[in-house]
Amino acid sequence: MSYPSNMQDSLNAVVAGRERRMSETFPRATADAKEALLRGFHPDFLADTFAALRIGPNSGDRTPRELALLLEADSTLPKMGTVPPGGQSPFPPTINQSKPDYTCDILIIGGGGAGCSAAIMADNAGAKVMIATKLRLGDANTMMAQGGIQAADKDNDSPAIHYVDVMGGGHFANTPDLVEALVSDAPEAIGWLEDLGAMFDKNADGSMKTIHGGGTSRRRMHTARDYTGAEIMRTLRDEVRSRSDITLLEFSPAVELLTDDKGEVTGAILQNLNLNRYSVVRAKVVIIATGGSGRLHYQGFPTSNHYGATGDGLVLAYRAGAHLAFIDTMQYHPTGAAYPQQILGLLVTEKVRSIGAQLVNSEGNQFIFPLETRDVVASAIIRECSLNKCITTPTAVQAVWLDTPMIEIRRGAGTVKRELPAMVRQFGRHGIDIAKEPMLVYPTLHYQNGGVEIAADCATNVPGLLVAGEASGGVHGRNRLMGNSLLDVVVFGRRAGVAAAKVAKERTGDPQLGLTHVERWRKELAAKGLGSEVKSPLLLPDYTRKSRCPALDH
Amino acid sequence: MAETGLVDIHIMGERHRVPDSLTILQAFEHAGYKLVRGVGCRGGFCGACATVYRLPGDYHLKFALACQTRVEPDMQLTMIPFYPANRSSYRLSELKGEAKEVLDLYHEMLRCYGCNTCTKSCPQDIDVLGYVAAIVRGDLAAAADISFDCIMCGLCVSRCPAELVKHNAALLCRRIYGRKLAPKSEHLARRRDEVKAGKFNSDIAVLKKQSKDELKKRYAERDIEPGE
Repeated sequence: MSYPSNMQDSLNAVVAGRERRMSETFPRATADAKEALLRGFHPDFLADTFAALRIGPNSGDRTPRELALLLEADSTLPKMGTVPPGGQSPFPPTINQSKPDYTCDILIIGGGGAGCSAAIMADNAGAKVMIATKLRLGDANTMMAQGGIQAADKDNDSPAIHYVDVMGGGHFANTPDLVEALVSDAPEAIGWLEDLGAMFDKNADGSMKTIHGGGTSRRRMHTARDYTGAEIMRTLRDEVRSRSDITLLEFSPAVELLTDDKGEVTGAILQNLNLNRYSVVRAKVVIIATGGSGRLHYQGFPTSNHYGATGDGLVLAYRAGAHLAFIDTMQYHPTGAAYPQQILGLLVTEKVRSIGAQLVNSEGNQFIFPLETRDVVASAIIRECSLNKCITTPTAVQAVWLDTPMIEIRRGAGTVKRELPAMVRQFGRHGIDIAKEPMLVYPTLHYQNGGVEIAADCATNVPGLLVAGEASGGVHGRNRLMGNSLLDVVVFGRRAGVAAAKVAKERTGDPQLGLTHVERWRKELAAKGLGSEVKSPLLLPDYTRKSRCPALDH
Repeated sequence: MAETGLVDIHIMGERHRVPDSLTILQAFEHAGYKLVRGVGCRGGFCGACATVYRLPGDYHLKFALACQTRVEPDMQLTMIPFYPANRSSYRLSELKGEAKEVLDLYHEMLRCYGCNTCTKSCPQDIDVLGYVAAIVRGDLAAAADISFDCIMCGLCVSRCPAELVKHNAALLCRRIYGRKLAPKSEHLARRRDEVKAGKFNSDIAVLKKQSKDELKKRYAERDIEPGE
């Protein structure tokens, strides 16, 4: 056995209760019970971890303190006309209007699922596309999504049924136009990915193998083993690389948008992370597809997110005047790995519960229906820990059991290895055979439910600025269902690419490049007595030993 | 596997003392490195943190993902930030889906002499030689299946004496399989057509007009397809 001896009693209770639990169905929670669970235990309701914004379009709205700090911060750019200390290539004191470093129709900031989908569609439409991405192309949360992608393409299902599930999952707060776009485009998105060569799990007759996810009323989750996001991302990335007309700049995050004197977005300033050089991009349209912000470790939670998920797009858009939506709600995935410490926070895909594993407390009892929505399951786990019906790991993390051996008993030997190869590998590296032993799990910071408010064509309230994917807000309301984020990045990435190409055609002449919005922001900061010590975007989290948040186990 | 002590490791020749519970990636950060290259998802999915190392008294070069591997005493570490690998250019829509096309685009696959170094260097435990053999014998379906868990870290390429770019060739096989060889899904094709014809527009228009309470009721009363 690979668990410490002080966990053995509890582990024995899990094993002893398994036969009873095999035939036991834990009842689904009523609407009232769900509400009580959320209000009592969900991190979104921990009032003192939130702050009200004091500046910008969302003044007065509350958001986690860590995000508020960055949204209220100053630009990282030196004041106009100054030279940054130690910079090899000082930020140009004046932007050369006639000679930007790059010119394109559409600048896409971010190279994950949404950015690549947008690039392919815009390239199809004949636009001159450039992708600037902070790390490598494809280094994004998309790559890590294991569970699946929803689409109502079976005969017993329909986009309307999918619509009701999404609205219910999002607590009916979702923007209806966005949900309509999501569910209506879903079958086409799956077909498009398959035409690009993505390998979905299928039966011999070609029908899609589909499973349930938390909160779904139909089995509409399409999978590619438990590498669904990786399969989609590597396909999209390969397609982008096959298109020589798309210009790609890696290790080049945007540090500021550029605007004209009417406040319309006209490009961006990029920072080459290898050479510490800035460059100026002129574009007729900018698409922000920078993803999420889990690496800000809201409320001190571990995260399942990619290293680059620091919310840059929200910061850039906000400073340029974009309105944000639902920034007071984050998704804590109920099952992050809690043990061993080396994989703390790493996602244990919901597919594990979809195919038959139960959540069990330290006494060996079920405490929640395994496929409630994520916020409800996460709250139930936190409640169980608050009642002390949990295991405490050697690194002082509280956790409950996820009984994976049940999958093998229910569906036959070899199922775990076949359906969950990534999970088997990750736990196997640390000596835990999940086909034979349960896992220890606790909620992990997983998804940014909100973001820049968009319309169904990805337009924002700032002309020239479109947003797609996790950086946008509205489609998932206050809680996202499993399998709708991969769908979101493909559906809205594609829509953004099409819409941007159209706008680019309509915008004639060379847009004027300026930073008046930054100057305006700085005046407003000063007027409100806010300091300029904190700069944003953050770009990368600081995990070095002398970091400002050394306690984080990431 | 709690932290039980400190170990000495050597990062590019420099000695650092770190907690023995850390992964290699965390050990770099503990030593003070702020990583830009050589780091990605931190969860074993992206292949950005491919690492080689040696252990004392062992002549073997060892391979790992820095985010997935725990430090060991006196590990001699370095990172491979990016390993250059040939990638052929193609448009999938213009390919016929024949095995010969993969060998035309990656003709070096025929140079494999079966040393199996690729398989030994794979952090995903993929039978790399097995899928290379499948490509050579023209079985793209097998190549796609065997290589499916590839995270494209490139460690197999770094060690190949015949200089094969296996992970890119495997990706091409999977894309050909996904588009051309996998059996077609009739229900998906039907639904794509139905959506294009606007079959569901009115249903959704009705839902969009419903009040929150009406929608809540509908949600609470929805029938749920049984699991398996």
